[in-house]
Amino acid sequence: MTTTPLLVVEHLTKRFGKGRQEATAVADVSFELGERGSLGIVGESGSGKTTTARMIIGLEQPSEGRILFRGEDRTHPARTVRELRERGRNIQIVFQDPYTSLDRRQRIGDCLAEVLGVHFRLDREETRKRVRELGELVGLDERQLNALPKVLSGGQRQRVAIARALAAEPEILILDEAVSALDVSIQAQILNLLSDIREERGVSYLFISHDLAVIRQVCDDTIVMRHGAVVEHGTTAEVLDHPHHPYTRLLRDSVPREGWDPSTVSARS
Amino acid sequence: MIPTPTPSAAGASPRASGRGAPLLSVEGLTVKLPVAHELRTVLRDVSFELEEGKALGLVGESGSGKSMTVRTIGRLLPPGADVAGHVRFDGKEVFDLRGEALRKYRAGDVSMIFQDARAHTNPVRRIGDFLTEALRTNQKMPQKAAEARAVALLAEVGIHDPERRLRQFPHELSGGLLQRVMIAASVAVRPRLILADEPTTALDVTTQAEVMVILKRMQAEYGMSMLFITHDLELASAVCDDTVVFYAGQVVERQSASQLHHDPLHPYTAALVQARPEIGHRAERLPALPGHPTTAYEAPDGCAFAPRCLFAQEACRAGVPPLLRIGDQGDSRCLRMPELHGKLLAPTPPAATVAVPPSVDPGEETL
Repeated sequence: MTTTPLLVVEHLTKRFGKGRQEATAVADVSFELGERGSLGIVGESGSGKTTTARMIIGLEQPSEGRILFRGEDRTHPARTVRELRERGRNIQIVFQDPYTSLDRRQRIGDCLAEVLGVHFRLDREETRKRVRELGELVGLDERQLNALPKVLSGGQRQRVAIARALAAEPEILILDEAVSALDVSIQAQILNLLSDIREERGVSYLFISHDLAVIRQVCDDTIVMRHGAVVEHGTTAEVLDHPHHPYTRLLRDSVPREGWDPSTVSARS
Repeated sequence: MIPTPTPSAAGASPRASGRGAPLLSVEGLTVKLPVAHELRTVLRDVSFELEEGKALGLVGESGSGKSMTVRTIGRLLPPGADVAGHVRFDGKEVFDLRGEALRKYRAGDVSMIFQDARAHTNPVRRIGDFLTEALRTNQKMPQKAAEARAVALLAEVGIHDPERRLRQFPHELSGGLLQRVMIAASVAVRPRLILADEPTTALDVTTQAEVMVILKRMQAEYGMSMLFITHDLELASAVCDDTVVFYAGQVVERQSASQLHHDPLHPYTAALVQARPEIGHRAERLPALPGHPTTAYEAPDGCAFAPRCLFAQEACRAGVPPLLRIGDQGDSRCLRMPELHGKLLAPTPPAATVAVPPSVDPGEETL
């Protein structure tokens, strides 16, 4: 990467519990995310992917290490409300489950308007216009913007979650297994939408997934995590086509495909 | 009930000819469930067969009716369900089973493996109780013998230190281990048919591979047949002999699993195959299907897939297309299939050619 990276994570470590109960969820993780970049974090459950994301958006405090956004230290909690909002505006997140991450009693348009209200000073007309633009960006029409989440399908809800994250006009969008719960046909729509948004808005992605094929489609660079540590780091093509670490190879060979024989894979794990 | 108006016998699987009677045959199955004071259609004219010792994959997206089909076969429908058509197990009509015969069918002939092992085990009972319950109550096996059997079963599914595991509770086991316990419990009574409803969907890929090995080995060793439900086309084609593709409560395609990716027999299957990103290749743009999957209840008149289909014509919307036999390869519920056969994947971008090298050599490496 040529310019100053947008996000730098250095020796990030997170331990939970104390004494004999202590468990290390993330161990000495370092990476960089460049402007307009997209970095994938691959790993299985318990590998520390989500904990890393939670530290970056400030939902967890790192035990060790540093998080820098545009060179500015974000390791410790914000001291003022103003700073907290500023951080929220810079980095937004989309969660996996589109059913539990929306308020059931709030209309979709109001949900987007609320985020706009937090971050920008807009009058009613401007807010309405902006909500419509966001809806258009992710493919939600006027009728859906006036609806409650319960009438929307999983794919539509995930569009709402993406629109809500984009409402803050973030520079980094963290997608934590954001397409994993979707049906194949819907997943393809959302993946295309994400690549359009990246092109149009220049948002950087931190894309967390266990699905190597999805990572291939979205990410330029990839890190592979296991038991909290990074085991491999490189361009996505390099990591997936010529993996160096045995664990990356195991992950890749575990993906069912034609002529796949699970017994050759499980013998190695 | 409308039998499939094809020259071939309704429900015949492509490779069933010349063999004895299938273990399971589903014919013209239509199921309606009571929802909000009305009967809603969930399955429409579903037909397929499963031979002894074979694995049949039921694939489709959410709401397509795969799980309902399996529940119907297991006689697990809620009260008030309206069922038409036939489900025959070993020649007997499953819906005629009553009392002792039904208990025997559910307890000994078929057993189910669910997606969420944690939700289907009792959190306050030990693994040992869970594993021996069926043996003690249904097979009247003495406690000691049942425990010895449970230990042997756990060892068979690759669980180390089985004696200790028997004394543990479900929350002390990981998802992968608990799913193995589920498999052990379901094969304990040596059923003839296993109904596996997305058994590996909640597991990590490496764990999925381990669990699939065990499931396939058990199936082969005991000569069991398996209905394997999954939304993962790659997984289905890797572990099943034949596949049935569901859309909106209907069977839209039936053929051998190995052909599913190369020569799909329905535009829907072809679209699914192409919409899935590939591990060895980044597509400029994924050929996504427009719209979203419909359920049988909301399906339009005519072909249910027509609104999302690239090949749809006026005739497709006129009436529900019959399941047509395509050569000796399989069946398709697409009116245009005779002319489209072999051309569905034609406009594929270089994806197929570029994807081959990286995905082939690891395979050879592991052999």
